[in-house]
Amino acid sequence: MSKLEKAALGEPAPLAQSDADDVFLSVRDLRIHFDTDDGLVKSVDGVSFDVARGRTLGIVGESGSGKSVTSLGVMGLHRSARAKVSGEVWLDGQELIGAHPDEVRRLRGRKMAMIFQDPLSAMHPYYTVGHQIVEAYRVHHDVSKKIAKQRAVEMLDRVGIPEPGKRVDSYPHEFSGGMRQRAMIAMALVNNPELLIADEPTTALDVTVQAQILDLIRDLQKEFGSAVIMITHDLGVVAEMADDLLVMYGGRCVERGPAEAVFSEPRHPYTWGLLGSMPRLDRDETDRLIPVKGQPPSLINLPPGCAFNPRCPYADIPKDDVTRTVRPELTEVGSRHWAACHMSQEQRERIWTEEIAPKL
Amino acid sequence: MSDEKAVSIPQQSGGTQAKDAGADGEILLKVTGLQKHFPIRKGLLQRQTGAVRAVDGIDFEVRKGETLGVVGESGCGKSTMGRLITRLLEPTAGTVEFEGRDITHLSTGALRPMRRDVQMIFQDPYSSLNPRHTIGTIVSAPFRLQGVTPEGGVKKEVQRLLSVVGLNPEHYNRYPHEFSGGQRQRIGIARALALNPKLVVADEPVSALDVSIQAQVVNLLDDLQEELGLTYVIIAHDLSVVRHVSDRIAVMYLGKIVELADRNALYKAPMHPYTKALLSAVPIPDPKRRKVKSERILLKGDVPSPISPPSGCRFHTRCWKATQICRTTEPPLLELRPGQRVACHHPENSEDQAPQDTELLTEARQAAAELGKSSDTSSDK
Ligand SMILES: Nc1ncnc2c1ncn2[C@@H]1O[C@H](COP(=O)(O)OP(=O)(O)OP(=O)(O)O)[C@@H](O)[C@H]1O
Ligand SMILES: Nc1ncnc2c1ncn2[C@@H]1O[C@H](COP(=O)(O)OP(=O)(O)OP(=O)(O)O)[C@@H](O)[C@H]1O
Ligand code: SF4
Ligand code: SF4
Ligand SMILES: [Mg+2]
Ligand SMILES: [Mg+2]
Repeated sequence: MSKLEKAALGEPAPLAQSDADDVFLSVRDLRIHFDTDDGLVKSVDGVSFDVARGRTLGIVGESGSGKSVTSLGVMGLHRSARAKVSGEVWLDGQELIGAHPDEVRRLRGRKMAMIFQDPLSAMHPYYTVGHQIVEAYRVHHDVSKKIAKQRAVEMLDRVGIPEPGKRVDSYPHEFSGGMRQRAMIAMALVNNPELLIADEPTTALDVTVQAQILDLIRDLQKEFGSAVIMITHDLGVVAEMADDLLVMYGGRCVERGPAEAVFSEPRHPYTWGLLGSMPRLDRDETDRLIPVKGQPPSLINLPPGCAFNPRCPYADIPKDDVTRTVRPELTEVGSRHWAACHMSQEQRERIWTEEIAPKL
Repeated sequence: MSDEKAVSIPQQSGGTQAKDAGADGEILLKVTGLQKHFPIRKGLLQRQTGAVRAVDGIDFEVRKGETLGVVGESGCGKSTMGRLITRLLEPTAGTVEFEGRDITHLSTGALRPMRRDVQMIFQDPYSSLNPRHTIGTIVSAPFRLQGVTPEGGVKKEVQRLLSVVGLNPEHYNRYPHEFSGGQRQRIGIARALALNPKLVVADEPVSALDVSIQAQVVNLLDDLQEELGLTYVIIAHDLSVVRHVSDRIAVMYLGKIVELADRNALYKAPMHPYTKALLSAVPIPDPKRRKVKSERILLKGDVPSPISPPSGCRFHTRCWKATQICRTTEPPLLELRPGQRVACHHPENSEDQAPQDTELLTEARQAAAELGKSSDTSSDK
């Protein structure tokens, strides 16, 4: 406890949530770099956030911006010698980056669990789906195989696998893409984890099943007060689930705040681009989607200054070319709402209301 | 709308939308009565105790230069269908014709030339990439296998392909596990496009991509179609993406096609109740509307199993319009309006096909009642 308080005090600013909920996970200045033959890949480069019990943090951002690497970092799953991890991860008062790997392993499954983005890589091809859920359950519950199997069938049923009693003995390759994803969700939820990290949990799922899965996650939250991190590129899901939102670009956080604020008054040009390139059914179809122009940045040689500058249509607005030389820090742009951009608040408000919002 | 009178004049299609390009084209791929049943085996002797009827008798054709979107619930047989038409799986029954030639039972050797023309982008990028090969090796493999040397050399072409899908040159020497999910998906796309195929079957090509890169890839597919006249079958569960890319859309349910229609008709006036439910359930990206869930038709009841699908119309266990005939008689896929084929006894937005049969099944009455309840609450917004 006291350690957590110290960490919270030592932290300079933007993070403390004003409505002081019961912070369950606190990530401070997390950095995860990979040594490769071509250079050091800075996949995550100084990311901080908090998640309270019963709350949901949505993480969005370009493909390759560091979302999965961040969450694997929280789970303590970067074990290769080429991965350099620094910063702090506080889970329920316990720091994990400095903790012994065995200690972190003990926490996985029950205290924290993850729905991985790639179901096949998270499942063993030679064991049946049921066997794998049974094993995950028995690590944390001293029960017979028979009872664990009942629990596995129940979980498969809850994620919407038809005839779960027959399907429990199938191998992963005999499941469809979405069924595998659901089997993995069943595995992650089998122990009612206190922190659930869901990395693109519904990418392979159609909307009806998606709704069912989102309900399941809400139930977990309601029943067990679990904290949830929801990584997704589906802004519809984010809008529905997230209390807070974190936008990543090039391994860093460029905007963070209450989900409503980030949707209705986004204050970073990258976030604008993200909202503009979204196909939506509730609006008239425009013929072409408008992607954010240009290529994602190299994480070995990030552009100097603001990493978004080669693609930002407003890079020339801040004076003295500061955008290309000085890296913008997160500054407060609203209540509990932060963005990292050199433009002044007025400039951003004007561009958003006059140029961007009318076109969305 | 322009197609109201187009019944017997196939040439007639309103030239108002660019997307119509392929609508009159010649048929590139034709599928008839296609089936795939996977046996379920049990016990030491591996006796067959049943079968998963993953694809259970479907017919459709794909015209040159068009994009056919395929949507449907998880497990309804979309990927299996994709693997059948690319001949990665052997059908249990039915035929597949490519460019007028029956390729249903061609041997591996006889298939090789066709492999170049027909490419598949796999749903599970990770498992389709060899973990021991670098991305450079993986994307250049098609050139080596087909003995083709592109202008400017293989490495240059591979780097061009990588940049086209939004990857950096620095990725060339990396291994699959060193990529993010969306990057892996794009590696699969680059590999599939390497040899300028005629038909690309893309299984969830953008599901792991964020919206911006999704847009980039969707636009890329569009451009290639225009430049090279590519034909696509795009499998996706994301209806907004499918609408964006498709000329026509096939909706699958439990191994069957239940509706096959021009894009606009399908979105404006879906006829199959299942299509309507799918369209209504798309979440809307606006947190202010979070509480307004009422317009959704959330399908109740379990998804039936493809091991023992329901009798008659397979949707009758969840449909709010189901009557006796739905339970007993399978509705045929009929063209109820030009360019719109539907398999339903009591379609929406069209004349009832079995008007004499009016008594709802008990489950349907419940489902209809719940829909009624929720549409009440929607009126106060
Ligand atoms: N083991 C590794 N070695 C080198 N680079 C890596 C490694 N793992 C990930 N990366 C790189 O780190 C960056 C961040 O990857 P991450 O998987 O976190 O992206 P992401 O935001 O989850 O993207 P996506 O939405 O595509 O899943 C990517 O550019 C990726 O190529
Ligand atoms: N090799 C296999 N052995 C046994 N059953 C299989 C096999 N491949 C697929 N199936 C079953 O066939 C059905 C259809 O699977 P398919 O992968 O075609 O679904 P899908 O429509 O692509 O679903 P998703 O959207 O989840 O990817 C599923 O019930 C699946 O479990
Ligand atoms: S700092 Fe400059 S480049 Fe970065 S987002 Fe702001 S205006 Fe654009
Ligand atoms: S009305 Fe009958 S035939 Fe039509 S979808 Fe419903 S159950 Fe099937
Ligand atoms: Mg990821
Ligand atoms: Mg599939």
